[in-house]
Amino acid sequence: MADLTWRPAPRSRLTAASPPRSPKWRLLPSAVVLGVVALVVLVVPLFVELNEQYVDLAIANQPPSAAHLFGTDELGRDVLLRCVYALRVSLTVGVVAAVISAVAGTAVGALAGSIGGWFDRILMRVVDAIASVPHLLLGIVIVAVLRPSLSAVIISIALTHWLTSARIVRSEVLSLRTRPFIDAAIVGGASRTQVLTRHLLPNVAPQVLLATTLMIPHAVWHETALSFLGLGLPPHAASVGNMINDAQRSLLTGGWWMSLAPGLLLIVTTLAVSGLSGVWRDRLNPKRRTELTW
Amino acid sequence: MTRGQAIGRLALRRLAFAVPVLLVVSFALFVLAKASPFDPVERYFGVRIIGASPERVAQLRANWGVDEPVVSQYWAWLRHAVTGDLGDSLSLQQPVSAVIGDRLGWTVLLVSVGFALALVLGLLLGTLAAWRQGSWLDRSITGSCYALEAAPVFWVGLAVLYVFALQLRWLPGGGVTTGSEPVSVGGVAAHMVLPVTVLAISQAPWFVLFVRQNLLESFTQDHVIGARARGLPDHLVVSGHALRTSLLPFLTLLGARLPELITGALLVETVFSWPGIARATVEAALNVDFALLGALTVMATGVVLVGNLLADVLYALADPRVALDG
Repeated sequence: MADLTWRPAPRSRLTAASPPRSPKWRLLPSAVVLGVVALVVLVVPLFVELNEQYVDLAIANQPPSAAHLFGTDELGRDVLLRCVYALRVSLTVGVVAAVISAVAGTAVGALAGSIGGWFDRILMRVVDAIASVPHLLLGIVIVAVLRPSLSAVIISIALTHWLTSARIVRSEVLSLRTRPFIDAAIVGGASRTQVLTRHLLPNVAPQVLLATTLMIPHAVWHETALSFLGLGLPPHAASVGNMINDAQRSLLTGGWWMSLAPGLLLIVTTLAVSGLSGVWRDRLNPKRRTELTW
Repeated sequence: MTRGQAIGRLALRRLAFAVPVLLVVSFALFVLAKASPFDPVERYFGVRIIGASPERVAQLRANWGVDEPVVSQYWAWLRHAVTGDLGDSLSLQQPVSAVIGDRLGWTVLLVSVGFALALVLGLLLGTLAAWRQGSWLDRSITGSCYALEAAPVFWVGLAVLYVFALQLRWLPGGGVTTGSEPVSVGGVAAHMVLPVTVLAISQAPWFVLFVRQNLLESFTQDHVIGARARGLPDHLVVSGHALRTSLLPFLTLLGARLPELITGALLVETVFSWPGIARATVEAALNVDFALLGALTVMATGVVLVGNLLADVLYALADPRVALDG
């Protein structure tokens, strides 16, 4: 189609999607926020130790002040310090669970995609079947079997979140398999394992990494929801879900700051993670530049 | 074969997939329950097992069939389940079907009204945002959508509860009745406002962003450009031409969001002490009550499968171009 050299100025606003603003707008704030969070979460615990048993009722239930930026909870513990530790726990759980689920998903997806046939069909039906169970319910069942603990929460997240990466890897492998360089490798005498490990997996690696980072907010959210229901980490441990769960009681007596701080920190952190991975996704496949993440 | 028959066959095929999925899911849950180091008989006796006579314990084990192989136990459960007998809930000391029957209606009420509100919000705000693309309205709508996507729904619920029920005292914040007053339509409606709103605004962002994106894409399609070239006013072009084509994929999204909707309802119910299935689910998990937990999970899976089936059928009905084989 010949390109028009002259176009009338649009009178109406019904125009095509304007190109997204330069990635700098998302990259910079996200990077700064994540950098600060990472620094605080990694460095603060080196200097200030969180004493879970520490109780000082004289300063309990204080609203935010200069001494306690986010106030104190019903046992006189500093909310900000607990938030730092909680975020550390939640992010660790999120990252570990996302990595485990990515590895499991890649294994299943690569096997299904490269072996194909009946194996692929059955495996993908199983993935479909598991995907029909609401994540949180399945997670609750797994935690109920293993009893609430840190490892139970991680396993619960990993077992419910590997489906996405399995589907991505499978479809990538299926489309890569038809490309000439795979034929060339097979003609050159590469074995099935060699094709898989040398040619297919390295090519799906960027997509898998991207899916893993996009998974982290979901994993963190899952942990928080489980802890909020009282099915996650042990009640005394500082995690975002536990803090919000504890704060429910104080809310009735007017203590809004105890739930505000962990929630806000969680939102800002997860937004930064998805902002960064969004920029990366647009670079990876500019054609699929949409604003819908999932 | 007419298209109607073809759609019927599609529905049957999807149902044929749903039944094995439900069987596999329920069997997997059964195996999981068996794999847990937890013994229902010991749980039943509690500390009294020390004083209980071995004969009594052995008799109970035989009656409950806990030592039989998993498959025969599963078969027994399944035989009863199809007749509506889902066993007894250990934590609530009631038949599972009674536990679910008491609570399901409340959850369905919350979920359906919340879902409908989320849809309306999604269509309305998504259309507004696409129409006024780039304006402050669009930016504030999409911005708050991203923020809401990132916020845990129970945190939003607590914030709403604090502001509207505790500080402003506009609306009641928990349960379905206040004090000992009997259940009434008006009372329930007032108690529903906050939980339904929270559920809706936690689900709406996906719909808003989806509608916005699809509308923006459809603005470049020929029939929309053609309508504008004929001089139709913007609002007619949007409602009559652009929205129609961009709504089709929306139907699939409805099915895809069902698991998230159930998850959201579980958390919203917990925040607002709604008498639905959430409380029973958590109790069942804490007390390792697999009869109840398993039944709830299988039921939710069934709802998701039926929802997906309905979305597919609606999609095929709405768009004659959709192929029905495969």
